[in-house]
Amino acid sequence: MKGFEGRYCIVGVGQTPYGKVPEISQLGHNVLAIRNAIEDAGLTTNDIDGILTKAPTSTFPMLWAPKVAEALKITPKVTGTLDQAGASNIGLIQYAISALAMGQANYIAISYGDNPRSGTRASYSRPRGDDAIAGLFGAPSSYAMIARRHMYEYGTTHDQLANVAIAHRHHASMNPNAVFQEPITREDYENSRFVAEPFRLLDCCPVSDGGAAYIITTEERAKDLEKEPVYIEGIGQGHPSWDFFRRDDLTRSGAAISGEAAFQNAGLGPKDIDFCEIYDCFTVVPLITLEEYGFCKKGEGGAFYEDQRTHIGGELPVNTSGGLLSETGMPGTQLVVEAVRQIRGEGGPRQVKNAEVGLVSQQGGIMTTHATMIVSKG
Amino acid sequence: MTIDPTFAPLAELIPDPTDISEPFWKGLNDKTLRLQRCGKCDTHQHPPERFCYSCGSDSIEWATASGGGEVYSFIVVHQPYHAAFRDRIPYVVATVQLDEGPRMLGAIFDVDPNSISIGMRVQARIETVSEQQAALFFEAEVQ
Ligand SMILES: [Zn+2]
Repeated sequence: MKGFEGRYCIVGVGQTPYGKVPEISQLGHNVLAIRNAIEDAGLTTNDIDGILTKAPTSTFPMLWAPKVAEALKITPKVTGTLDQAGASNIGLIQYAISALAMGQANYIAISYGDNPRSGTRASYSRPRGDDAIAGLFGAPSSYAMIARRHMYEYGTTHDQLANVAIAHRHHASMNPNAVFQEPITREDYENSRFVAEPFRLLDCCPVSDGGAAYIITTEERAKDLEKEPVYIEGIGQGHPSWDFFRRDDLTRSGAAISGEAAFQNAGLGPKDIDFCEIYDCFTVVPLITLEEYGFCKKGEGGAFYEDQRTHIGGELPVNTSGGLLSETGMPGTQLVVEAVRQIRGEGGPRQVKNAEVGLVSQQGGIMTTHATMIVSKG
Repeated sequence: MTIDPTFAPLAELIPDPTDISEPFWKGLNDKTLRLQRCGKCDTHQHPPERFCYSCGSDSIEWATASGGGEVYSFIVVHQPYHAAFRDRIPYVVATVQLDEGPRMLGAIFDVDPNSISIGMRVQARIETVSEQQAALFFEAEVQ
């Protein structure tokens, strides 16, 4: 990773049950996921001196990370919450590395946990202020506007969108943690109801309860732990910002700038990547993201998903745990957890062979923010 | 003032106008679409602000827009997200590229969604939704 003398690693990952989990609170999902990550790292709570979180999407409480620290009985040297929506949990890794490099903390836990499925989810479909009268509610509607334009400009088809849903579900069928494990067919896709055309229900990720967390530390400390460290090779960010419909080109996300920054930071390129965990809140997003990262030409994301090219065993396995679409509809923390498991060879039936370098994407809002991270065996 | 009963449920979605946005909403009550125009760089903008998003100038004036534009993208909403739109389902929401430059979101009602396409010409449709306020929608341009 350029910009730092040392190297930094993910040494522990944890999660809570995904799906409808009314018995665990928002706070509980954060705390239990962090505890599991601490245990996975072979550390104790006393070792953790940094707590960073993304705020729970459904209620957006203030000073959330200090509250999580309290429930873990930790008085952290470094804490805070970053608002990049779904890109926050890579942005927080960048913040954690800076804090580690400055010697401000030794082991930093990063978490996301929320219960929008069993609690409130009002924030998911709240009207858009002055634009409410236009009848645009909910993230699916905004992303459908993007998908329609992508279909118009590049000839992307419903069949190609279906490929994304089917492929990610196929991977989820090998993941006992996934919310949806039943494989789906093209017919299932075509029979699922329209939500906001061009999107059907199976184009959209579910709303899920759950928590996920990871522990970041320096290479020196990582080497003292039992499990092999997973190295953070590069991080990039790129944020289109602006209200989505006012952007010059609705089919472009922050992935081009973020991906280039991450590749440059890592000194790697798309050819070096063995697998990807791509933020897939809606089927069109992985197409756009893979295009912008340079895995295929702009507009050819749909074709890239054909012929099971993105399946485990294919040319570039994408979303090996099922992604947001099938594993859990959470904002991206779980994608980092899966990348770490793949690099460690803990994927079980869904393990990618020779998974040495992996790429994770996260994005927030309506492609408003974007972050990219490349991890490796070191 | 007569209010079309099919538009009345939408009144609750009208925001309270601010000092900055009031000319836009007053314009709709006069059956005109008003946009801000920068006196320095001539850019039209929406939503309104006291400065120009393009050049930063504060020499902002209000201009009457043609109301014409073309569909940049659109969706057909089937999910009953909001009670006010329940009886409209399925309805079209379009991103409209106005002839003056800015893009706006707007609902297109009373139309076969299959007749909508990207690039088609649309024009502003201004309808009264309450005693106090008219609101902006779009409809296919009359040839
Ligand atoms: Zn100007």
